Amino acid sequence: MANELIPATLKGFAVTFREIFKKPITQQYPEVKRPVYPRFRGRHQLHLHANGLEKCVGCSLCAAACPSDCIRVVADENTADNRVSAGERYARIYEINLSRCIFCGYCELACPFDAITLGNEYEISEYSRDDLIYTKDMLLGRPVKKIPVADPSIYDTPVPYYKTHS
Amino acid sequence: MATVERHPVQPGKQLIYEGTRIPPRCPTILDVPAHLAGNEDINQINFGPNHPSTHGVLRLVVDLDGELVVGLRAVIGYLHTGFEKTMEQKSWWKCITYPERIDYLSFQTNELVFVLAIERLLALEVPEKATWMRMCLLELNRIHSHLVWLGTACLELGAISMFWYTFRERDQILDLSEMVCGTRMHTRYFQAGGLAEDIPTGFYDECWKFVEQMPKAVDQYEDMVDRNRIWLERTKGLGLLSADDAIALGQSGPCLRASGVDWDLRRDQPYLFYDRVYFTVCTREHGDVWDRYKVHMDEMRQSVRIIAQCLEQLQKFEPGAPWIADDRKVVLPPREELHTSMESLIHHFKIVTEGYRVPEGEIYTTIESPRGEMGCYVVSDGGAKPWRVKFRAPSFVALQATATCMHEALIADMIAIAGSLDTVMGEVDR
Ligand code: SF4
Ligand code: SF4
Repeated sequence: MANELIPATLKGFAVTFREIFKKPITQQYPEVKRPVYPRFRGRHQLHLHANGLEKCVGCSLCAAACPSDCIRVVADENTADNRVSAGERYARIYEINLSRCIFCGYCELACPFDAITLGNEYEISEYSRDDLIYTKDMLLGRPVKKIPVADPSIYDTPVPYYKTHS
Repeated sequence: MATVERHPVQPGKQLIYEGTRIPPRCPTILDVPAHLAGNEDINQINFGPNHPSTHGVLRLVVDLDGELVVGLRAVIGYLHTGFEKTMEQKSWWKCITYPERIDYLSFQTNELVFVLAIERLLALEVPEKATWMRMCLLELNRIHSHLVWLGTACLELGAISMFWYTFRERDQILDLSEMVCGTRMHTRYFQAGGLAEDIPTGFYDECWKFVEQMPKAVDQYEDMVDRNRIWLERTKGLGLLSADDAIALGQSGPCLRASGVDWDLRRDQPYLFYDRVYFTVCTREHGDVWDRYKVHMDEMRQSVRIIAQCLEQLQKFEPGAPWIADDRKVVLPPREELHTSMESLIHHFKIVTEGYRVPEGEIYTTIESPRGEMGCYVVSDGGAKPWRVKFRAPSFVALQATATCMHEALIADMIAIAGSLDTVMGEVDR
């Protein structure tokens, strides 16, 4: 029995032994970030027009499209001395509860003004659930940490209009 | 449709065991035998719900006579999420994001079965390119699911390295998924009418690389455990399930094929373009844990074959060929039209806020998921939300075979047997 046992076991070990000489596939994650693909859906971003006005007009279409009902929009009228968005109305409150969000991207599909897109930031864990409710200011801000993105000309065709123009 | 051998145990072939082993009182409960009932030495223990080898949160109440399992009851429901009920509250479009989360290992399959149901109710034509891509992703997903099964099943029996090796290939599949669908899992990439977005050109090269590597990886897995004495002794002849019992218990997928029943919905009730590709339905005849392992390995090789054929077909299409049906009542209009066409904008608003209406009717669609027959029964009352959605979950059915398979098993074998049935608790409890 020992005669069969040793070659049989060695065969298994040969696999693991050969792997020693191969290049490791381990990614040194926090130090080295693998580029995400261009279509990757990460944390949301609200966008501004070139003149600084918000693109969002508070139409609540994103909130209507959200399958997990995690967007809250309260709209208000723009006035002459308080002009926030390019349209008639603007979102006075815009909140996304990221602890409920399933990153389906339906909100970016729904938004007719390309005001919201899903960016490529994925390091969004927090110690408390309250911190996962993102307010409008947080969503308008740009992430501090830059995440590399793979070449869109290969990995994303055709590049959706709203991704390049917002 | 091909004629199917209903009764698979051919004359002259050795029966796995005489008669039936399904517990007589209740098929899913193994009662402590009469002569042991009340015996002080019978120990009742709880296996789970928080045990790492229950593949989720399954609780098995086990009666032990020494190390022998003499009684068994499965308690489920710890992962109940009420998906089916929730879906009745959402428009059809939003519902597409739900089925994927039922079985988190074969998300594409679950998504497809629901999308197919919508498409059949709507009588929607799907472009050919979308159908080929769906098949390609489906088979990638099958490999993904089998890899996780293989890794965890070996891990539970003490073979840790297998887990790292299988997750190497699994990661490649998830990378492909991220590239095409935007997320690594739960993609909502299949939409009623086709695909959510076009296929990136880079996908083909990366996928061909995977197709080349995967068969080698499967050989590697087999090299690692196939002749390993511990693996052999802990899998061969364990958890027997005869073909008759498997059919009586309604088994499907690898569990059924390992028992010798030649039944695969991909061949016997073709959906998508499965009748246009070459592949073999893999069966074994002993119905033990080893055979289930072997069926999984063979199926991975066949899936790679199907993926290669899908890629060949996909590359014949022009780069911009349509990937979703051109039906403005159901499919969101192209993005650029929102800024130029009033009509498109109205359709867009209508689909997003109210959702499209699906004609009154009911339908049951089935497809072969990595775990067996995945069915979806949908009733529509003609409104914008499904009236009733019900899934036939193969894991739930597989779990019903636990009591039958656990015949004279030792407590240590119980893990191997429960693992080999390949249940995903999210799908069992829904
Ligand atoms: S990604 Fe999906 S779940 Fe998240 S906020 Fe947008 S629509 Fe809602
Ligand atoms: S983000 Fe877009 S859809 Fe949502 S309220 Fe603003 S404009 Fe409307």
